[in-house]
Amino acid sequence: MTIIDKTADVPAPRGSNDESGPLLEVRDLHVEFHTRDGVAKAVNGVNYNVSAGETLAVLGESGSGKSVTAQAIMGILDMPPGRIPKGEILFRGQDMLKMSNEERRQIRGQKIAMIFQDALSSLNPVLSVGYQLGEMFRVHKGMSKKDAKAKAIALMDRVRIPAAKERINDYPHQFSGGMRQRIMIAMALALEPDLIIADEPTTALDVTVQAQVMDLLAELQRDFNMGLILITHDLGVVADVADKIAVMYAGRIVETAPVHEIYKRPAHPYTKGLLESIPRLDQKGQELYAIKGLPPNLLHVPSGCAFNPRCTMAQDICRTDIPALLPVTERDGTELVGRGSACHFWKETIHG
Amino acid sequence: MPETLKETTPDPTVEATAAPVPAAAAGKPRSLWSDAWHDLRRSPLFVVSAILIVFLLVMAVFPGLFTGADPRYADLAHHYLQKPKWGNFFQEDWFGYDIQGRSIYARVVYGARASIMVAVVVTVLVTVLGTVVGMLAGYFGGWIDTILSRVTDIFFGVPFILGAMVVLTSFAERHIWVVILALAFLGWTQIARVARGSVLTIKQADYVMAAKALGASTTRILLRHILPNAIAPVIVVATIALGGYISAEATLSFLGIGLAEPTVSWGVDISSGQEQLRNAAFVLIIPSVMVSITVLAFIMLGDAVRNALDPKLR
Repeated sequence: MTIIDKTADVPAPRGSNDESGPLLEVRDLHVEFHTRDGVAKAVNGVNYNVSAGETLAVLGESGSGKSVTAQAIMGILDMPPGRIPKGEILFRGQDMLKMSNEERRQIRGQKIAMIFQDALSSLNPVLSVGYQLGEMFRVHKGMSKKDAKAKAIALMDRVRIPAAKERINDYPHQFSGGMRQRIMIAMALALEPDLIIADEPTTALDVTVQAQVMDLLAELQRDFNMGLILITHDLGVVADVADKIAVMYAGRIVETAPVHEIYKRPAHPYTKGLLESIPRLDQKGQELYAIKGLPPNLLHVPSGCAFNPRCTMAQDICRTDIPALLPVTERDGTELVGRGSACHFWKETIHG
Repeated sequence: MPETLKETTPDPTVEATAAPVPAAAAGKPRSLWSDAWHDLRRSPLFVVSAILIVFLLVMAVFPGLFTGADPRYADLAHHYLQKPKWGNFFQEDWFGYDIQGRSIYARVVYGARASIMVAVVVTVLVTVLGTVVGMLAGYFGGWIDTILSRVTDIFFGVPFILGAMVVLTSFAERHIWVVILALAFLGWTQIARVARGSVLTIKQADYVMAAKALGASTTRILLRHILPNAIAPVIVVATIALGGYISAEATLSFLGIGLAEPTVSWGVDISSGQEQLRNAAFVLIIPSVMVSITVLAFIMLGDAVRNALDPKLR
């Protein structure tokens, strides 16, 4: 089965189905939560897009809105208290926010799948992993129990779970953390979706297993030519896997760049701070840098640039005007492809 | 994109440290229920109560195995309030005769059926109704929860026995099904509350969100992911409540508004026994002891099941 076959039954305009256009495009997305204390603006106008075979890493600390954006894409946001007052989420050119619940459910799992952070709590403890994997085939594809089980074993082999045949009837608690995350990946992969959203897939794992899981994810993504949105707060995880990076702060994208450029020359003080706070061997004995202050309270986002209270470069304009995400250029004005920064002083930041 | 998922042999170097086959060493895979069963078999509480309950159930289904006597055969001339002959195990005169000259042993054996049937059917009805109401209220929340919870509160506010008296006295003929429906009508609230609370916790679980994110329908989420995880406390409460319904039936019959003659039940016998309490206490005590044993057995079973399902509650 090819991608084209699979999408044939989706009511998508054929014109937007060509491989060149972005698979998923988020346009000016706003998400807010109505709480007792007021309106928490979790996402304030996020734009990004992912094409087939491409990996976008969404980077940011907790509360920056990266997971909420992902949940809005998947349509698993709790509404209420959540609300999407503005924005579009285009999947193959179709706005998912305008679809019916049933249409969206057809997309979930089959076209877009999600991998969660904590694989133990994301697997149902009372059902065997074989049942849960097979469920994908039985429910979505109407396979028989036997065929579904064979497919489930093949999937477990595919994500390199040793002795898949013997372990198919085991329960989630009988697997180690890394193995469970592999099972989650297998479940997300089951229906060969076009796009996978991985929400901090390695945060709950130890470092050696992290690398294995990331490698597996990258390999599968290449093999299936899927789009991948990788949500993380770990700069180390991103470097090897991602094609491009979007850095989020207080519900906005503050910097976008191809992956290697951002490490070399960050164009936003926040990104710069993040990079400087990675422990490095050549800084042994020195004090580790940390961005001062705390992430903003989403009920009271600072006026102007949300980062201004913590920023070393902040001027008066930063406290009054919200900087737009503008293209970043070289000193001589030549455009740097795919780069953007939402800072009034990006020139000073990147060119020092 | 490949035609299908291609099978690759597992890379032996990957996660060699992750103890690849701990389960194979431990034998069969173990689910929550098989773990609970494993614990139950070793619990003396469970073994004793299970033996008692099996014994009582056999008695309810095949009373003929225990006695050849007819519980409705009355012989005043020979047997009026005849004292028990404790040595005559399983004989017609083992427990003596009541004021009508009927074998108390035969009546106790045949009475098990009505008492246990009332309790079991009421428990099944109450569990189904309570779980459905609690699950819908807990899962959907919002106005559905508001309406269902208020209805539950209203029923919960009605004192059980008083409510049953009001309902039952409005029926001229109190067939066994009338008693069953009256008890079920008033009894489902406890299960509904337990189920709602349990579902509220489970629906926050990541695997529910994961199931949603992988495209499961609401029905599927409710039946496959929420129900099996939320049902354990419901089963515990239902098992203990079963004992309560046996005594509720006895209480109502004793008050003269539950089952009535010619139905043979423990409650009916307790009711008729009270008239001769001072000169023939055994007529009342023997069916009362049967009620107590049965209630005790079910409460013990409930405790054992709770311990097995959630050892932390012990």
